[in-house]
Amino acid sequence: MNFTLKIWRQKDAKSHGAFETYKVSDISPDTSFLEMMDILNNNLIHEGKEPVAFDHDCREGICGMCSLHINGHAHGPEQAVTTCQIYMRKFRDGQTIVIEPWRSAAFPVIKDLVVDRGAYDKILQAGGFVSVRTNSVPDGNAIPIPKKDADESMDAAACVGCGACAATCKNGSAMLFVAARVSSLAKLPQGRVEGARRAKAMVAKMDELGFGNCTNTGACQAECPKSISIAHIARLNREFLSAKFED
Amino acid sequence: MALKLDSKIPAGELAQKWSNHKAAIKVVSPANKRKLDIIVIGTGLGGASAAASLGELGYNVKIFCIQDSPRRAHSIAAQGGINAAKNYQNDNDSVYRLFYDTIKGGDYRAREANVYRLAEVSNLIIDQCVAQGVPFAREYGGLLANRSFGGAQVSRTFYARGQTGQQLLLGAYAALNKEIAAGSVKSYPRHEMLDVVVENGEARGIIARNLVTGEIERHGAHAVVIASGGYGNVFFLSTNAMASNGSAAFQCYRKGAGFANPCFTQIHPTCIPVHGTQQSKLTLMSESLRNDGRIWVPKKKEDVEKLRKGTLKPSDIKEEDRDYYLERRYPAFGNLVPRDVASRAAKERCDAGFGVNETGLAVFLDFKTAIERLGKEVIKQRYGNLFDMYEEITDTNPYEQPMQIFPAVHYTMGGIWVDYNLMTTIPGLYAIGEANFSDHGANRLGASALMQGLADGYFVLPYTIGDYLSHKIQAPKVATDTPAFDEAEKAVKEKIAKLFAIKGKQSVDDIHKRLGHIMWENVGMARTKESLERAITEIQALRKEFWADVKLVGTADSFNVELEKALRLADFLELGELMARDALMREESCGGHFRSEHQTEEGEAKRDDENFVYAAVWEYKGMDNEPELTKEPLNFEFVHPAQRNYKD
Repeated sequence: MNFTLKIWRQKDAKSHGAFETYKVSDISPDTSFLEMMDILNNNLIHEGKEPVAFDHDCREGICGMCSLHINGHAHGPEQAVTTCQIYMRKFRDGQTIVIEPWRSAAFPVIKDLVVDRGAYDKILQAGGFVSVRTNSVPDGNAIPIPKKDADESMDAAACVGCGACAATCKNGSAMLFVAARVSSLAKLPQGRVEGARRAKAMVAKMDELGFGNCTNTGACQAECPKSISIAHIARLNREFLSAKFED
Repeated sequence: MALKLDSKIPAGELAQKWSNHKAAIKVVSPANKRKLDIIVIGTGLGGASAAASLGELGYNVKIFCIQDSPRRAHSIAAQGGINAAKNYQNDNDSVYRLFYDTIKGGDYRAREANVYRLAEVSNLIIDQCVAQGVPFAREYGGLLANRSFGGAQVSRTFYARGQTGQQLLLGAYAALNKEIAAGSVKSYPRHEMLDVVVENGEARGIIARNLVTGEIERHGAHAVVIASGGYGNVFFLSTNAMASNGSAAFQCYRKGAGFANPCFTQIHPTCIPVHGTQQSKLTLMSESLRNDGRIWVPKKKEDVEKLRKGTLKPSDIKEEDRDYYLERRYPAFGNLVPRDVASRAAKERCDAGFGVNETGLAVFLDFKTAIERLGKEVIKQRYGNLFDMYEEITDTNPYEQPMQIFPAVHYTMGGIWVDYNLMTTIPGLYAIGEANFSDHGANRLGASALMQGLADGYFVLPYTIGDYLSHKIQAPKVATDTPAFDEAEKAVKEKIAKLFAIKGKQSVDDIHKRLGHIMWENVGMARTKESLERAITEIQALRKEFWADVKLVGTADSFNVELEKALRLADFLELGELMARDALMREESCGGHFRSEHQTEEGEAKRDDENFVYAAVWEYKGMDNEPELTKEPLNFEFVHPAQRNYKD
């Protein structure tokens, strides 16, 4: 298969970026999208040009590192997969593919398609944890947890922190990301203890870092590679409001 | 000068060793902990849990990772589960049984005392993770669920769907975040350790490169902990993440730390087969699939031919024409034999001409029987995400046709030599998790890597490091303006400059793929004297080629992935040779190390307990010089090494 690629190139955070056009040919349909990028990069290196910088690591859809905006969609045209899980058989031979970095004020570009998602770490540092010390805990079976609650907690915990939600949101809101963590812990007795403090602290940090507000468009859910439901945002709102009432 | 290896294994009964040791080692007072600095390299299960626990204790911790966030370390990709000896299933599990299975699974090439301690603390890990809010799978009664894994006849594996590694890592990462927020841990993402600084024979800090700016930095500390994972990517194609590398461990080796059993590599039996030359990595299908999946190839060669031509579907092959070779050869364990055994059995069938895809390098993993027995819904609940992933990659629906699988490089049991305290041969330098060699012998059992990473980080290192640091309470902050730091930084900068100066013709990946090919063909699933000697010669030649012909683009003082890759490949090109040398020296078959010259009549690994009951520890003597071997004898006081039997 042959493709025309329009790729965002940007030297560093301070420089202006622009699209450049490249051609790749003889791509097997079983090749993954990122392998196609590898092939392009190897060609560029042989031509003495700088390869396109992009984030990737596990290539199994779990580390959350890959983060390409492809033809107008975070993680490309397919639903419920990360960029690394897209295969070229999903594209038409001869198709033009536009590849951009995440576009979000809170995720500044580092180079080409690589952005700085440190803001997500900072939000979690504000309260996305249970304050237990190592070795100061009861037996694992001491507190039974209804299977349904554990399953719902796991649904939310599947978030890979890739940033697609904020990059997709027209307001640049990180609500789905914050909600996934808050909701996952809210469904467990271990997380309940600090529930109110957590919801307030994480929302405040999100606001402080320049993420926008949620207007319930649901775009984040549609683009989330792990299909995290916006129902978790509802739970976050509930947690947040009840915390405010407690004040 | 040979290495001095003192394993520091405590005396006494097996079950008392760890308690006795904890009682005997020194502790550091809270007031003194505040004065002591620790550097941790890597944020996987080992590094994150260690840094969080050390931060809680009051030490000043700096933690480094090459990813953009600590949450992305490769532990996250572990799917199946984590073992613990809870005996929640009442199936007669115990600490001793977990210990025994692990030491037997490792083919009697690990230390009894270390493995027993691992089994002993395994239960604490589950408690810890539950308290952190890890959403483990549960039964309807609200209690924790378990499943079976290879190499065990009990159900002791705890899991969170097919994402256990992710959930455990998010737990450890949350603990880390708690400490970062408290100010006890400082995080350095997108930073790579390029050297360890040794002064007066002790570890004093590291040289790191800021991967965003290219700046070379100095960081001093009273102790350095290497938790940088394994080196499976020496094979280019493996199940490891693309950036996983052996360089942090290799710098320790270069600075004098012993490197143990480098040839012990785990080839995982259930991975998606290679599809072509453009492939960048191999995808693992969790071992948990072997709970319900049955592995087979056709009995008849004509069926194999038809499958390859596409004129016959696997589901059309009659039951009596299928060879469930694991069930046939190993009735007691069946499809749940350990990984090394399952991988070799697959290779044996494919070598005999029964491989089922165009390349002849694949076998079937079939859920037909399980779907008939349990229904599609149950199978979907248990493995839905894995089935989806398989279909995404291969375009085949595994609910209708069996999966095709083949073994792939997955894990390295070898690593930096450590004593019972997890300290390397360099005082003040520690290695934990996959980066060390200590617990899995010649083969690791499934669901034991997560256990070891967290055991080391939460429950072992935080105690044992205090014994060393108790001698440092009078020591001032480590100064980084010393000759040792000057030299280390200069060497790093020169190495980078040298790489840019080559201006050759081959890209880093071009050469890495060739190294991978040499390794897979000659130092892979079956090794011979000839293949290993050939590998050594070819790797030496390829290394020369690398240093004469590699082509780097971009600059050193900017974000430059090619430079990162080149630095890692430079180390792989030495590590690969070391692995081949170790494999050549070990004239026996054990666990994942299979020397074709040493097998039983039935084709099983044949150990040589007369001559090889030791850990092989290598000391660096220069890039083009032979390393020196020192042996750490393994004393089996409590179990009797026997030929592993998974038949009855």
